[in-house]
Amino acid sequence: MFYREAGQFSTTYSQDQGIWSIKQDKWATFAIIGFAFFIIPLFASPYLLTVLLQLLVGCMAALALNILTGYCGQISLGTAGFMGVGAFAGYKFATGMRVLGGDGGAVTAATELVPMIPAVENIFVAILLAGAVTAAFGILFGLPSLRIKGFYLAVATLAAQFFFQWSFIRFEWLYDYASSSTIQAPRLSLMDGWVLPFKVPWFTWDLQFFWGTVDFTMKVSGPGYADKLHQYLIGLIFVVLFGFIAKNLMRGRIGRSFMAIRDMDIAAELIGIRPLRTKLLAFGISSFMAGIAGAMTLFLYLEALEGAEAFFILDSFLFLFMVIIGGLGSIMGTYLGAAFITLLPIFMVNFLPWAGGLVGMSINTATVEHIQLMVFGGLIIFFLIVEPLGLARLWQISKEKLRQWPFPY
Amino acid sequence: MIRKLTLVLASVTLVTSAVAVAQTQAQTQYFPVFSYRTGPYAPNGIPSADGIVDYMALLNERDGGVGGVKLVTEECEFGYNTKRGVECYERLKSKGPVIVMPYSTGLTYKLLPSAAKDKVVVLTVGYGRTDASDGRVFPWAFTTPTTYWSQASAFVKYMGAQSGGMKRLKGKKIALIYHNSAYGKEPIPTLQTLAKRLGFKLTLLAVDHPGQEQKATWLKIRRLRPNYILLWGWGVMNQVAIKEAANIGMVKRMIGVWWSGAEQDVAPSPKAAIGYRAGTFHAAGRDFPIFKDIDKYVYGRGKGTNKSSVGQILYNRGMVNAIFATEAMRGAQKKFGVKRVNGDQMRWGMENLNITAARWTAMGLKGFMAPIKNTCADHEGNGPVMIQRWNGKVWKIISKPISPMQNVIRPMIEASAAAFAKKNGITPRKC
Repeated sequence: MFYREAGQFSTTYSQDQGIWSIKQDKWATFAIIGFAFFIIPLFASPYLLTVLLQLLVGCMAALALNILTGYCGQISLGTAGFMGVGAFAGYKFATGMRVLGGDGGAVTAATELVPMIPAVENIFVAILLAGAVTAAFGILFGLPSLRIKGFYLAVATLAAQFFFQWSFIRFEWLYDYASSSTIQAPRLSLMDGWVLPFKVPWFTWDLQFFWGTVDFTMKVSGPGYADKLHQYLIGLIFVVLFGFIAKNLMRGRIGRSFMAIRDMDIAAELIGIRPLRTKLLAFGISSFMAGIAGAMTLFLYLEALEGAEAFFILDSFLFLFMVIIGGLGSIMGTYLGAAFITLLPIFMVNFLPWAGGLVGMSINTATVEHIQLMVFGGLIIFFLIVEPLGLARLWQISKEKLRQWPFPY
Repeated sequence: MIRKLTLVLASVTLVTSAVAVAQTQAQTQYFPVFSYRTGPYAPNGIPSADGIVDYMALLNERDGGVGGVKLVTEECEFGYNTKRGVECYERLKSKGPVIVMPYSTGLTYKLLPSAAKDKVVVLTVGYGRTDASDGRVFPWAFTTPTTYWSQASAFVKYMGAQSGGMKRLKGKKIALIYHNSAYGKEPIPTLQTLAKRLGFKLTLLAVDHPGQEQKATWLKIRRLRPNYILLWGWGVMNQVAIKEAANIGMVKRMIGVWWSGAEQDVAPSPKAAIGYRAGTFHAAGRDFPIFKDIDKYVYGRGKGTNKSSVGQILYNRGMVNAIFATEAMRGAQKKFGVKRVNGDQMRWGMENLNITAARWTAMGLKGFMAPIKNTCADHEGNGPVMIQRWNGKVWKIISKPISPMQNVIRPMIEASAAAFAKKNGITPRKC
């Protein structure tokens, strides 16, 4: 009734090729983005923001993996490893690529580190540079994909994952020779010192109205310094921006060549798609985004992390689950899958004790954990049986139904 | 109709729950418990959490709380995973905690900056970030009663005494098998400094999380034939290491960190592990009057968590955590004349923590632990380390309390804290 295209006509080719075939979809998308940018800051608690930041990182990483695996058909188990590359690259750029100074003797806490380049102080630049470095590594590790396919490629990317995990501990330069092998995001701000010289009625970033001097400073990174809301907004900008970029890339020539390679690489070669370039391009784009997700983990979400722990092999599996459950080869599905995998455990942890309390049962935390694992596993199997094409397909079906509602034929 | 009913019901529950919250907050003190009863570290996580929760339950049941304020504990399962620990912290933060015990060094590193901002004390009993012992740079962190660096130096002292004098350590081969994480790497700077000073040869052998895979490590040990092996493990890594050491008959040369010396660690091979030694800072077992109270008030009334944990080493250590937190709260209540303490007051309580031998006796724990006294600058409290040995059935303390080499450790702590302060633009406070 409300959801149908009656009366919507495309009169030009460019309209015909638009991202949204139905106006309602367009409005809904912009409504969701608007909600995320302007309404959530009004009421979000630090807890909600932490959860949302985790979700944003998940969306970004799953998007990266979906481009590689869902669109181009190259299975990767190394997403977390590539994210780690992004995190460390971002860290090194933002701290000026420090190296050991002095006589090169034993490293102690007091050893001075000397920056080689001026530290990158703009978070956008730092994150994009991190993406670029990761893209280079992605292309390097994508080279085997020219010779090996399927499961064998999965094993090769698994090797990349292990290699990265190993290097995050072994190469002390990466974490500035800290005895704990932990890296900590440096303090970064945006629009620092942008203050209006006169008093006006204005609102803060969480839209609280006040009368006074307006300070635009955004505290975007640094443990104990950063403002979660600012970090959320920065993360959201990246996810929305790269969502659009990915959507458009995948609709165009590049995406089509990816899908051709995925569906049958020999046939693709015959119609003039160069496998070398296409596959490496997929690895490059994907790891660029994975690097951004990793840098987001460092600057926006965790702020202090241990490389091998924060980008563990299990995380790679989780991202793979996200794209499988969400829907391989679907941008929309990526977000659905990321939300499902990230939010379900958090929901269960909050919901089960409350539900138990309703019937007068106190459920201890270990039981919650076990129930959660069972439900989680069960749901994954359920979805794979009922809808192997993922949440994206379910969404598509419900859209079809919605179009005909209330008079299905 | 149904809609109306739901609305009415919902509003009633909302109002009553709001009232209930307001009522309870006046008389209770909230303690979040970061626990891991699942995952690869669960065998160690379960008794640790039980000790904390049971001791608080004991105070509630026997004394009606601390100073008339009931203690409320809430567990948050994080599976020794830093990301989930962060989620726990953010979730429980809204309920007004004034002290957290993260029970994970990785999580400690993550929480230190944010907790200081939120005015929440971070208490890390025998783990965590060692240089946070410098209270001038880390006002909100407490490493009471002792740290990894202190323990490493105490081990060196002990090995020196065993070899017949510190001079005899020269040329000796010591291997460190460590969990490849922030936790396992903590003792390395201390051991390296001491190796240089005393002339022993230190070999570092890392074991990756979760720690089952140690074949290569023990091949190296076989080749090296070290005089001593130090084990810095946690969870399943300990069990594997003890088994491997037993296989090559080196279990008697191995000394474990206090996180590698619990019943769980020797459980798979209790006979083979005889003679294995480990550090500790408190006694094992349940031969203390307090355990009668725990049986009577906590388990007798059905308020306990896990009877089989009671008296285990990690359970007792959990109790130590709870004792520090509640004793600090008691001190703060007295000093500020309040019932429910806030973050600043709790911090004062921890900084002025002073548990004398008489106080340990009064708590029903005579001879359980050495007296502890914190100061503004020293958040470690200078606790001694003891060596315990597994005799096939129980852990027995076999050494006198060994005080760490403060003359070596303290300057290292201060240098490291100063470097941290400089890097992060912190002006150390005056003490």
